[in-house]
Amino acid sequence: MTVGIIAIQGAFLEHAHTLEKLGIKTLWVKEPADLKHIDRCIIPGGESTAISKQMCESGLMQALKKRIEEGMPTMGTCAGLVLMAKSVDKDPLITLGVMDIQVKRNAYGRQLGSFSTRASLPLISQNQVELIFIRAPYIQKVEPSVQIIHVHESRIVAVLQNRMFAVAFHPELTEQTCFHEYFLTI
Amino acid sequence: MNSRYELNKNLAQMFKGGVIMDVTTPEEAVIAEEAGACAVMALERVPADIRKDGGVARASDPKMIKAIQKAVSIPVMAKVRIGHFVEAQILEALDIDYIDESEVLTPADSELHIDKSLFKTPFVCGAKNLGEALRRILEGASMIRTKGEPGTGDVIEAVRHMRMMQSEIRRIQSLHKDHLYNAAKELMVSYELLKSVHENGKLPVVNFAAGGIATPADAAMMMQLGCDGVFVGSGIFKSGDSRRRAAAIVKAVTHYNQPEILAEVSEDLGEAMVGISVYDIKPEARMSERGY
Repeated sequence: MTVGIIAIQGAFLEHAHTLEKLGIKTLWVKEPADLKHIDRCIIPGGESTAISKQMCESGLMQALKKRIEEGMPTMGTCAGLVLMAKSVDKDPLITLGVMDIQVKRNAYGRQLGSFSTRASLPLISQNQVELIFIRAPYIQKVEPSVQIIHVHESRIVAVLQNRMFAVAFHPELTEQTCFHEYFLTI
Repeated sequence: MNSRYELNKNLAQMFKGGVIMDVTTPEEAVIAEEAGACAVMALERVPADIRKDGGVARASDPKMIKAIQKAVSIPVMAKVRIGHFVEAQILEALDIDYIDESEVLTPADSELHIDKSLFKTPFVCGAKNLGEALRRILEGASMIRTKGEPGTGDVIEAVRHMRMMQSEIRRIQSLHKDHLYNAAKELMVSYELLKSVHENGKLPVVNFAAGGIATPADAAMMMQLGCDGVFVGSGIFKSGDSRRRAAAIVKAVTHYNQPEILAEVSEDLGEAMVGISVYDIKPEARMSERGY
């Protein structure tokens, strides 16, 4: 099995390091042709505007959307969550629109609003996990088709819909592998 | 260091593989965002103009910074003079995303940089070599960039500084650990930070290239030399077709090792910024010599 990581801009290396620890083969995805060789996909954190623009120009946006709609398991973190959402609050950003959620970008403010916290997510790990939010989005609305995995201070920050898993925080910035292990089971 | 410092290093990780562009107006900021910049640097004059105008260059007017913050959704950085901790306090009060303690502005302190550990807001600092980089990190910088020679459009110094950093890192990596203490003394850096370089073969923070990058090829070369992303200052808004050039440099950073794509994006970009050869600038007038 090969996990493709969208490698246009942002923290894509960190995802590859986490998957390496689990002995999983990874491949950078920059263009539509790269999708042929992957079985799963991760959309990393970074600037969603920068990633969206290049994905649109190369045709990767449409090609990836098709693969996800055909059932390819996909995980999005932070900007990745934004790019998977059907709608983005007060923002003209073009997204994949594959998950029935509405997100708000930079919802916790600028960098001084970034924070980390520890929480229990029984579905992911028996131990407490570290959640790092960097200029993070949160989820404002979900359709009934979406399962809420975690809520932080009344804001939805992790969701699952069919084989799509998206979080507002950055598991790839920690030493934890549990989120990636979970992703490999969906 | 605390978790705030970790969060600040983490934001720099989100910039990787991206281009941070100097902008002087909200309109330029929007062009940069639309071109795919991962952040903008708000300043009153780009380095080429600072160089031309002479005089004392200071931090920008808060009004102008606020207007740029309002115009875009991507992170906004701004510069302060080396050692000017009050300019930094002002930027922190503006809720800026990253502070650049920059040699592009006229230094405010003749021997000290800002004690960056006193701030919640992250700092990026310039460095010509490993010693400078580790001194800035000890002071609290959560991101490093090469100094290059700003405002010239001449990439030679950025290349020199990146190669210098890489070769010093390789040398430290190859030392027996018994020699690390001596090496730390020679470089005037903390033993702990040098030990981390010895063990990991890289700086403990993200390292961008800056200073003289003017074309997609320049940007891709810096990426191939091992940096994590690039700053482009005067190179974009001092060129003929800024919008096109900005987008081309963004693509060049993503596809830095795919020459066919680099050829495609380099085509028909109009006039590049008028350059100045670094060797035509007197050593005492070089910005990269500022800092300690």
